[in-house]
Amino acid sequence: MAVLDIRDLSVSYATPRGALKALRDVTMKVPEGKITGIVGESGCGKSTLISAIIRLMAPNAKVGSGEVRFKGEDLLSRSEAEMRALRGTEISMVFQDPMQTHNPVLTVGRQMIDIQYRDKLSKADKRKRATEMLALVGIPDPQARLNQYPFEFSGGMRQRIAIAMALMAKPSLLIADEPTTALDATLEVQIIKRLRELQDEIGCSILFISHHLGVIAELCDEVVVMYAGEVVESGTVRDVFHNPAHPYTRALLECDPGHIKVRTRNLPTIPGNIPDLVSLPTGCIFADRCDVRYDACGARPVMATASSGHQAACHLIAEKEPA
Amino acid sequence: MSALLQIRDVFVRFRLRGGIFSSVGTIDAVTGVSLDIEEGKTYGIVGESGSGKTTLARAVAGLHHASEGSILYRGQELRDLPEAEFRELRREIVMMFQDPIGSLSPRLTIKSLITEPFRIQGMGDRDLDTEAKRLLTMVGLPAEFAARYPYQISGGQARRVGVARALALDPKLLIADEPTAGLDVSIQGEMLNLLARLQDEMGLAIMIITHNLNVVRHITDTVGIMYMGKLVEEGPTEEVFARPQHPYTLALLAANPEPDPDAQLMRVELSGEPPSILRRPKGCEFHTRCPFVQPRCSTDVPVWTAAGEGAHRCHFPEIWTREEAVAS
Ligand SMILES: Nc1ncnc2c1ncn2[C@@H]1O[C@H](COP(=O)(O)OP(=O)(O)O)[C@@H](O)[C@H]1O
Ligand SMILES: Nc1ncnc2c1ncn2[C@@H]1O[C@H](COP(=O)(O)OP(=O)(O)O)[C@@H](O)[C@H]1O
Ligand code: SF4
Ligand code: SF4
Ligand SMILES: [Mg+2]
Ligand SMILES: [Mg+2]
Repeated sequence: MAVLDIRDLSVSYATPRGALKALRDVTMKVPEGKITGIVGESGCGKSTLISAIIRLMAPNAKVGSGEVRFKGEDLLSRSEAEMRALRGTEISMVFQDPMQTHNPVLTVGRQMIDIQYRDKLSKADKRKRATEMLALVGIPDPQARLNQYPFEFSGGMRQRIAIAMALMAKPSLLIADEPTTALDATLEVQIIKRLRELQDEIGCSILFISHHLGVIAELCDEVVVMYAGEVVESGTVRDVFHNPAHPYTRALLECDPGHIKVRTRNLPTIPGNIPDLVSLPTGCIFADRCDVRYDACGARPVMATASSGHQAACHLIAEKEPA
Repeated sequence: MSALLQIRDVFVRFRLRGGIFSSVGTIDAVTGVSLDIEEGKTYGIVGESGSGKTTLARAVAGLHHASEGSILYRGQELRDLPEAEFRELRREIVMMFQDPIGSLSPRLTIKSLITEPFRIQGMGDRDLDTEAKRLLTMVGLPAEFAARYPYQISGGQARRVGVARALALDPKLLIADEPTAGLDVSIQGEMLNLLARLQDEMGLAIMIITHNLNVVRHITDTVGIMYMGKLVEEGPTEEVFARPQHPYTLALLAANPEPDPDAQLMRVELSGEPPSILRRPKGCEFHTRCPFVQPRCSTDVPVWTAAGEGAHRCHFPEIWTREEAVAS
């Protein structure tokens, strides 16, 4: 069963130049109890997708079509009040900048007690739970630190606190949008490891957004690769990273500096730019940068099965598809 | 022959003015760095945020005052050089900032931006149209870009414009501070390839600063790893990658997971966070986070020690290769 099941979701932004089609027919799932990663370069629509799931969209955004099923029910038809009740309880979020979560003028302890307002626990018990959560995410001396303000913590510590707060309500789904991108790499690995342990312990599903392939490989079970507003490939991390089916995924993996072991003065790149999302090309979205495009690519490819549970939107895969 | 740039025991100290209740103190951002950059070679300085990389670079470029030590460029002392004299040298030593175009005026055309160094150096009588065209071609951009404005170009193109501007006066030493930070992986390589090509063509020496060890693997001859204002390891790039001496170097290497779920991970997790440079740990300054810390590390300061073709600052170099250490 999938906790989150997104079908044919399209979102556009109104701009002075016309509608910018940020998401087009996005279909993806977050299976129960798994960590699903979304990877893609800046502007591919990762944050737009998240904002559509939790229904905190920019004022100029518009959902064109599609469904966002959470535990079987479509969130797009829920009322604003229902969504508010869902956010922070059933679905929690962690953002790149933890200060987006923290209130700068309240102590961390006060904030962690406040978010338990729905629970019928004594204040002392809520404080105890807050202490336990901070310890769980790896904050040393948690009891004393509850009395401190967010600015008294380092960036890495603030992000741990944001994760603690997000997990406090035991959500079914945790959504993390580039939570470690602003951190140093040695701190990033600490947090990734802790997140993995917490997920094992709490058993929630996680949707983890990153542009860093290595982090996705290490943390996630499944991965969805996005390019210019479309899902181009999805499957288990092992299938996608060992046998990339889409030419974009292949190129992206080749460019990753962690991938290149032999010293070279000529690193691989993906020549060209992403297409203009206001006036889209017809046909395959990756065609003008694809090194294996052929006649068929003038028509838009649909998702085809590369192997069981592994799909890619490319004509070459459709041709080889087992009937 | 002596190196193009010789940095010796350089300290950079900032005066710190706290809130109304705290007294005025000092921050030692760079604490005794020595290194050489040879003509036409690339030296990579790697370290995490706050380790003093930018401060060191700015001291070399004459933008910060070094409180102690010596910075020799072709044998000439740069420390305490009056600004008027330094200005001449800015034809030869250029600094490319982290976001070279974002920090400049959005109202200037690309042509004005890349030819500004000529005007600053009193060479504005040149044919700036020709120069702009030459520079754009050099960095692989179409000549029509001269008439555009910064908001009309992509992030990767803006970085190229930054390179064009930095190299306008045909410098000898380029200091590039985080030239790939914020770029997507598909264009990071473009930037590094461009720097490598221009280095070959122009015989440029480059000091490249980055927090990402992978970035310097292919482009540098030598790397220096910085922690809390000091170099903790230095060596030929290949050596450092193949056989890191210092545990911090090892941790940086391990912190860059490969895009492969089955990769054999040499997991080195550091404990805690970097300490405040206002409260430097005793002994080895890395001992509060070192996974291989031994009793004497918290009392004895490790000295800079040559090893192979490189050097390090650790009592127990290559400790990670010993089985009992890895097991603990
Ligand atoms: N409020 C907005 N108005 C117009 N365009 C937007 C807005 N927000 C995002 N976009 C555009 O939508 C596309 C997808 O953006 P985003 O979802 O932020 O991508 P990512 O998170 O993958 O970097 C980009 O082209 C971006 O410029
Ligand atoms: N102008 C300044 N005044 C006071 N402190 C500074 C100044 N510039 C940098 N610092 C401090 O010096 C240390 C090193 O900073 P920096 O050189 O920018 O590190 P890096 O570039 O490695 O991230 C940091 O603790 C930083 O806060
Ligand atoms: S459909 Fe064609 S252009 Fe698109 S990725 Fe596949 S081969 Fe390349
Ligand atoms: S001297 Fe000790 S604490 Fe410092 S890096 Fe070496 S082993 Fe670690
Ligand atoms: Mg985003
Ligand atoms: Mg810096």
